[in-house]
Amino acid sequence: MSPQLDHNAQHRPGADLLIRGARLLDPAAGIDQEAELLVRGGQVAAIGADLERPDGAEVVDAAGLHAFPAFVDPHVHLRTPGREDEEDLDSGTRAAAAGGYCAIIAQPNTDPVVDSAPIVESLRERARAEARIPTGFMAAITRGQKGEGLTEMAELAAAGAFGFTDDGLPVVRAGVLRQALQYQRLAGLPIALHEEDPSLSAGGAMHEGAVSALLGIGGIPSISESTMIARDAAIAGYEGGCIHIQHVSAKESVAAVENAKAAGVRITAEVSPHHLTLTDEAVRALDANFKMNPPLRAEDDRQVLIEALRSGTLDFIATDHAPHAREEKEQPFETAPFGITGLETAFAVLYTHLVKPGVLPLDVIVDRLSAGGPVFGIDQPTLAPGAPANITLVDLEAEWQVGEAGYESRSANSAWDGETFQSRVRMTVAAGGVAYRERSFAIGAVA
Amino acid sequence: MKRDLLSIADLSRADIERVLNRAESFAEVSGREIKKVPTLRGRTVINLFYEASTRTSSSFELAAKRLSADLVNIKSVGSSVDKGESLKDTVHTLSAYDPAAIVIRHPHAGAAGLVSRWTAASVVNAGDGKHEHPTQALLDLYTLKRRLGGLDGVKVWIVGDVLHSRVARSNIIGLTKMGVDVTVCGPPTLIPRDVESLGCRVRWSLDGIGDADVIYALRMQHERMTGSFVPSLREYAAQYQIDSRRLAPNQLLMHPGPVNRGVELSAEVIDSPQALIVQQVESGVVVRMAVLYELLTGGGDAARAARGRAGQAAPTEPQPA
Repeated sequence: MSPQLDHNAQHRPGADLLIRGARLLDPAAGIDQEAELLVRGGQVAAIGADLERPDGAEVVDAAGLHAFPAFVDPHVHLRTPGREDEEDLDSGTRAAAAGGYCAIIAQPNTDPVVDSAPIVESLRERARAEARIPTGFMAAITRGQKGEGLTEMAELAAAGAFGFTDDGLPVVRAGVLRQALQYQRLAGLPIALHEEDPSLSAGGAMHEGAVSALLGIGGIPSISESTMIARDAAIAGYEGGCIHIQHVSAKESVAAVENAKAAGVRITAEVSPHHLTLTDEAVRALDANFKMNPPLRAEDDRQVLIEALRSGTLDFIATDHAPHAREEKEQPFETAPFGITGLETAFAVLYTHLVKPGVLPLDVIVDRLSAGGPVFGIDQPTLAPGAPANITLVDLEAEWQVGEAGYESRSANSAWDGETFQSRVRMTVAAGGVAYRERSFAIGAVA
Repeated sequence: MKRDLLSIADLSRADIERVLNRAESFAEVSGREIKKVPTLRGRTVINLFYEASTRTSSSFELAAKRLSADLVNIKSVGSSVDKGESLKDTVHTLSAYDPAAIVIRHPHAGAAGLVSRWTAASVVNAGDGKHEHPTQALLDLYTLKRRLGGLDGVKVWIVGDVLHSRVARSNIIGLTKMGVDVTVCGPPTLIPRDVESLGCRVRWSLDGIGDADVIYALRMQHERMTGSFVPSLREYAAQYQIDSRRLAPNQLLMHPGPVNRGVELSAEVIDSPQALIVQQVESGVVVRMAVLYELLTGGGDAARAARGRAGQAAPTEPQPA
């Protein structure tokens, strides 16, 4: 049985919508046509020409817009419990909805760490009260993320966790990961790994290369990630376990994932919008909004990531949305914390920097923004009739400046703050209800 | 010149030459009995030091005083920094005194750049982490130019812990800008990967150091010994110490200080006539006078005014007080 996502659907019951004029693009379902799309009771009822508007249905004038299956992000940090000043379930899911997402999974590196069933249960309860879109929760692999004793994985699975990860930290000891993979046979669920060998990365704050040599900042070499992926893939292969590699950043890491896949290891991997569009050159200004772990790498790494996303070696895009308080990022680069926000900007940055210049086709980006769902037991959203309505309406021509009207997130640590993007999410339907409507996007006629 | 001196990379060759020439004119003042000029009378310079420093802080202090500026020295120990005040709040507080310049030394890269975003004062980077120490590079250029007459084509070897050295980084950039041919040499564990991209050559041993006109030895910091960067001080000294066998009579020797006698340099070369170490210290004052002068009069003033914050005393040419 797959774990269940939670959200508060009370104020957004199954919608009745007639979306007119949009170009429907659902690469996984083979849909690419200009057509009307009818949502009834929160489900896609029909797509076609000149559909009849049922009584009470809202007509959404989507002329010139694109309709995509809404996005799924299995890697976000909602800072709850513990740092609700940076993000909470309400603000984080608002940010996700504004970015076109219909489902997200939060990471367990909170305070306290999500490492016991009661914490998962209390988070699920809060999600049912506060979350604007369906939200799931990962649990830690090791107690307190200390890298030693395993959590009660079976009980956590029964409580509804979506998987296990010590994200933010690697599982340093190979023997501990091996035991987790053995125990996975009982608990099920994927084990997601932040790959980093601290004996190689210690003291580092950015990619090791020409820019770190210039800035005198400790480097995090690419091999600190790739050697751990190779190690963990070998362990997973030996145990027949299933692992997911989080935020792949380096070309050597792509090779390690490729080798593991070729060897038949049950392995998936994700890549972030920032690693696909930025490089360590951006760190020259020493702005802490370009500090994240793994770090922005070199241009040849970025090119390899793009090709690996196209080929499927990297399975999907995840933002690693990591809100931080303003005062934490207003520090010298080396002492500021790792991480940037990403939910509200993911599609726009990928469209502006990859699709529009012709680097990657639109259908690849649209598919990879929701392909992470199935890895964690969430059905990939689709526009096909009969499916729950999970729809994102996007205006590919709209220009907007990041942060000009503030953020839905409680935090403002975006690497693209102030940058002008092309393409804007106008409306998001999640689990059958309207979860987001951009301010300028007028509500259509209701009979 | 720009409003701030954050990095030697921000200076053009012409900017550097202007600073060196200005320093030359101040050297003449320093030779007099009364070493003061009224240039910065009525203006305030704040020394904000988050790290221990003798040479840099005292020479900035003397430089400001010889320009007749009012000077405030703030050290992190014993100040509100000790009480957990953030860098931003400290800078906002100090800016309320309307200083003309803030000189900052900080243990982390980019701190001076952050300060410049938070104040209308000119900001001088007196060392930010392992990143840069631009006034050290300027005083080294000044010292070398005075001794050699010119810098084009001069061959300099920088020897030691380049990885952790802001002096090395600023000097590689500054020397290269002035036409100097730079080689860095040190234990492979202490040379940053891809450092060649800064325009220098890399050597792992002192073989070939006979080609150098100038040997610039870096301080080997004791705290680096606890890691496994080098197996032992003995091994380091055996491989990289500049002693009288390795320093040829026609070569000059520089060091940013403080020296570890018997580690990076042997006692006899420190005291040899080829050593410019004392001259480097002397140069520190006049070069820092020149930097403050260039930033706080002329170009720097214009840049500050452009940011809507002028209203300070008109600059005057340097004159004996």
